Amino acid sequence: MQSRFLQGRFLDVAGESRLSPLRSVVAALVIGASLLTLSGAASAQTQLLNVSYDPTRELYREINQAFADEWKAQTGEAVNVRASHGGSGAQARTVIDGIDADVVTLGIPSDIDAIAKATKKIPADWRSRLPNSSLPYTSTVVFLVRKGNPKGIKDWDDLVKPGIQVITPNPKTSAGGRWNFLAAWGYSHAKDGSADKAKDFVTALYRNVPVLDTGARGSTVTFAQRGLGDVLPAWENEAFLVLDEFGRDKFEIVVPTLSILAEPPVALVDANVDAKGTRKVAEGYLKFLYSDKAQAIFAKHHYRPSKAEAAKPEDLAALPNLKLFTIESLQGNWDDIQKNNFDSGGLFDQISKR
Amino acid sequence: MPGFGITLGYTLLYLGLLVLLPLGALIAKASGIGLSGIIAVAVEPRVAAALWTSFSISLVAAAVASLFGLLVAWALTRYDFPGRRIVDAIVDLPFALPTAVAGIALAALYAPNGWVGSFLEPLGLKVAYTPLGIFVALVFIGLPFAVRTVQPLIADIERELEEASALLGASRWRTVWSILLPPLLPGVLTGFALAFARAVGEYGSVIFIAGNLPYVSEIAPLLIVIKLSEYDYTGATVIATIMLAISFTALLVINLLQAWSRKRFGYV
Repeated sequence: MQSRFLQGRFLDVAGESRLSPLRSVVAALVIGASLLTLSGAASAQTQLLNVSYDPTRELYREINQAFADEWKAQTGEAVNVRASHGGSGAQARTVIDGIDADVVTLGIPSDIDAIAKATKKIPADWRSRLPNSSLPYTSTVVFLVRKGNPKGIKDWDDLVKPGIQVITPNPKTSAGGRWNFLAAWGYSHAKDGSADKAKDFVTALYRNVPVLDTGARGSTVTFAQRGLGDVLPAWENEAFLVLDEFGRDKFEIVVPTLSILAEPPVALVDANVDAKGTRKVAEGYLKFLYSDKAQAIFAKHHYRPSKAEAAKPEDLAALPNLKLFTIESLQGNWDDIQKNNFDSGGLFDQISKR
Repeated sequence: MPGFGITLGYTLLYLGLLVLLPLGALIAKASGIGLSGIIAVAVEPRVAAALWTSFSISLVAAAVASLFGLLVAWALTRYDFPGRRIVDAIVDLPFALPTAVAGIALAALYAPNGWVGSFLEPLGLKVAYTPLGIFVALVFIGLPFAVRTVQPLIADIERELEEASALLGASRWRTVWSILLPPLLPGVLTGFALAFARAVGEYGSVIFIAGNLPYVSEIAPLLIVIKLSEYDYTGATVIATIMLAISFTALLVINLLQAWSRKRFGYV
């Protein structure tokens, strides 16, 4: 009896609170309208989208916050910078396919060239528009080995020895993989002065690669977490990140005698900022990357700032001292570098033939 | 036929918009280089190797998933045991899990320093970063298809049939072979076809465990991604079209087999 009584009451309550169809439509409209006003309020704050590559997550989280503070202090306007991360080539493709990026900060110049060529959203001369060939910071490739360096790896020559396993990402899909490839090629070329010898060198090196991950982060995980391989040629900042994340008692960094000056450039996506009306903020953002404040943040995250004097001395001192070469000095312009090495039928395809 | 007009209209619209339109666009893009161009891509050694890797491993994985899926379905349908419903729900997990998560988990398990891999390594058995790793990932994602397609058929088998068979003097094997298996065959084939189709197109779970070495453990979907990374949209669509053609042929053959098995054994 009691339960039926309760049921009845419950139904009554439900009946009372049930909305008539008209009322529910009105309610939906009211809720919808208030949501619209909310989003309207949110969009008074300018949104910027920075499409970046994989290892810069930690970096741009800090940079974007610093820029928002700076912009607010200077202009009184609120700005929110979102960053999207992924393999450099895949990120370039999302911009080509239409994502409304205001700025791109990618791993290798050829990926921005690809956007410029495919869409004309970025002018072809983009590299000359910002200081230092549009490079607010640079980096290089160093080796990460297991603690104690059990295989005695000292330089690039040790990577081609039989029995050494090298973990590196696929140069086709990863900007980091491309820098590793070019660094090995350039080292051999500097030593023997011959492109043929350099080709043999990279052939031997990639024969020692048991896993080709699609991105630099993937290779780091394979090496550090899965315990595969003897040496991981990596972005300098990524190598330091592994030391910090996994512990200095497990891995150590080996600095080769010579490595490549890795150039991750930045660019404004003109067509997108003009369509969105965000040109002023986006240009301010890129300019901010060259400011003392941002330069110090780059150094803190183990990138090489273009303005060394802005960085903390201890951050600079942590960066190893080694000879760096630019790939352009060996192979000419980026169109040729991309085409001859990584496009279909290029050097990487030739050496992966069995 | 009440409702025929509206259901057929809806079917055509749905298939047209969601299936045929994107596939049509794909083929249109690929056919830009002509049939000879498509064939030239298909016989390119690296593409041929990747296609072989993808289809051969998918075939074996689907077969293994079907076999063990049948056993799992049998155990779950025929017997009642504590925790049966939980096990039944677990079967669907490979459906629900993002495939990348599955791939990373499997790679972590089967890597030389992983829980399973560290036992297999001393035996000289390498799973992660070899074609065997691809096989493991594909069996994993294929299992729910194999189980769910035969489960209702097992539930429908009348116990009296088995009893009659036994009373008429058939051995246990004979009963299984002649009475139980024939009505299940169409379901097993459907499960096999679904598992196979899914395996061929699988990317996320495989990529983390495959090793991705050209000519060894590079799957065709990765080659498509690589072509896209080269901004070679035509090349990518051509490989996709080739995969589509092979898959379509394979599924057609399986469907014909199914029709034949229905006719042969007289079950619906």
